[in-house]
Amino acid sequence: MNGLIQFISDNLQIIYILILAIFVGVEVIKNIPAVLHTPLMSGANALSGVVVIGAILVMLQSDPDDYFALALGFIGVVLGIINVVGGFAVTGRMLQMFKKKN
Amino acid sequence: MSISLSIIYLIATVAFILGLKKLGHPATAKNGNLIAASGMALAIAATIFIHDLQIPTSVYILIGLALLLGAAIGGWMAVKVKMTKMPELVSLFNGFGGASAALIGLVEFSKNVGDKMQGTTIVSGIIIGAITFSGSLIAWGKLNGSIKSVVAIPRYNTINNIFILAIIAFAVFTVSTGTSNQAIIFGLLGAGLVYGILFVLPIGGADMPVVISLLNSLTGIAAAITGILYSNMVMLVGGILVGSAGIILTIAMCKGMNRTLGAVIFGAFGGTDTAAGADKRLGTIKKTNPSDAAIMMNYANNVIIVPGYGLAVAQAQHVIHELEELLTEKGVDVKYAIHPVAGRMPGHMNVLLAESNVDYSLLVEMEDINSHFKNTDVVLVVGANDVVNPAAHNDPSSPIYGMPILDAENAKHIIVNKRTMNAGYAGIENELFYNSKTVMLFGDAKDALADLVSELKNM
Repeated sequence: MNGLIQFISDNLQIIYILILAIFVGVEVIKNIPAVLHTPLMSGANALSGVVVIGAILVMLQSDPDDYFALALGFIGVVLGIINVVGGFAVTGRMLQMFKKKN
Repeated sequence: MSISLSIIYLIATVAFILGLKKLGHPATAKNGNLIAASGMALAIAATIFIHDLQIPTSVYILIGLALLLGAAIGGWMAVKVKMTKMPELVSLFNGFGGASAALIGLVEFSKNVGDKMQGTTIVSGIIIGAITFSGSLIAWGKLNGSIKSVVAIPRYNTINNIFILAIIAFAVFTVSTGTSNQAIIFGLLGAGLVYGILFVLPIGGADMPVVISLLNSLTGIAAAITGILYSNMVMLVGGILVGSAGIILTIAMCKGMNRTLGAVIFGAFGGTDTAAGADKRLGTIKKTNPSDAAIMMNYANNVIIVPGYGLAVAQAQHVIHELEELLTEKGVDVKYAIHPVAGRMPGHMNVLLAESNVDYSLLVEMEDINSHFKNTDVVLVVGANDVVNPAAHNDPSSPIYGMPILDAENAKHIIVNKRTMNAGYAGIENELFYNSKTVMLFGDAKDALADLVSELKNM
């Protein structure tokens, strides 16, 4: 129990941000017309590629002789940036097709 | 962390929220995508260049190479993909994001031995990342048809649920002992990979929209966990946004298919008893031919088209748009009725029709169009089956009982285009086909619609 209280007081800021971000995510997505579900999902999917920043940090922080960390970081950056670039590009391509004719 | 980096991350975070918000409205969606992408570019560039570490040039070169390589692959895939293959691609990209999170955890594990807070984030990042990676790959394989088998092991769900509980218990144990044993962490990675496979493998193709949406949400959570690990706000907020948005979309999909989220994760998924009602005599069907069907539509005041995935399989999106334009020229009011789970991912049908230049204001969602069917002269059902099955309303023994459907049966006349009389994806008989107001137009969707178009042109 003490451990839990200690944990909460140590990480109060993160917990606040976490909870607020959950609500922002829910509010932003609510009442989206079905026409945009697929672009929205692929856009959100691209956003989850933000994990690439972590992979970059792995490479920056690893010892230049630590080939294990560098190799895994390298693969992580490649996979993460595929997620980001591919995700945004394909979302853009889809949205390009939605047009309203008059 | 330097203050300039923090400020750039703050700007990127705002760009993510703003971009996602704008993505939700047809008029601003394109801008939204650009804003979110710019935020991402900014955050990535700042991460590389703003820090007080001494980085050898070789590492910079490696990072640059990785970024170029990945961007080239991702961009190439995005440009090449066919719109019918969109769900597979999103799945694949999603899996890559998950894999990235798992790899980060593997490296960080050895650097953070003994720290329980960091240990928890690392271990959960590895497990969730591994599940999304292998799960997404299986989803990708199932969607493109390379993985077909639906395994039928008794008590499959029980075994699966025990397995995930065992993984969680082992993870808790690993963190609490503060072990530095690399073998354990690889074991957890492997267990996560196996669970991802087991989780997605038994799920039927019709339920894929829910799974893709759920896996997408999980990748967001993995990214957020990695953000906690590095106390990196842009990763944390970005990941959580995706996670909670993904859950909302998943719940929306569940509602569209009359399933609860709990049933999706822990329940009998896609394995419902499909034999129910299969051998009921439902009466006789009436066949029609393209010329009679064309006459019916030509003299109608209004026509509603109900497109299903069969339309996309037959590559008939373009010819249906031609049909719609032709009818509109003749003064017929034409609308498309879109079921929330039409296609293989949420909103997929809208994308497919948009690709053939259908005006999106003609695509009407289920809740808005259902009350209009009773005043509609002709409904044309193309490649759709379960989403217009009245058994969802009036047969409590049916597996789809309670699922929201398009009330096509209320229209004055119904034309159903199907290849054969085989049952739909869920394997259930459809009494709509035996309705006295229904006529069946058999044939491949593309050919049948092309025939309709040429008949209409001659009128």
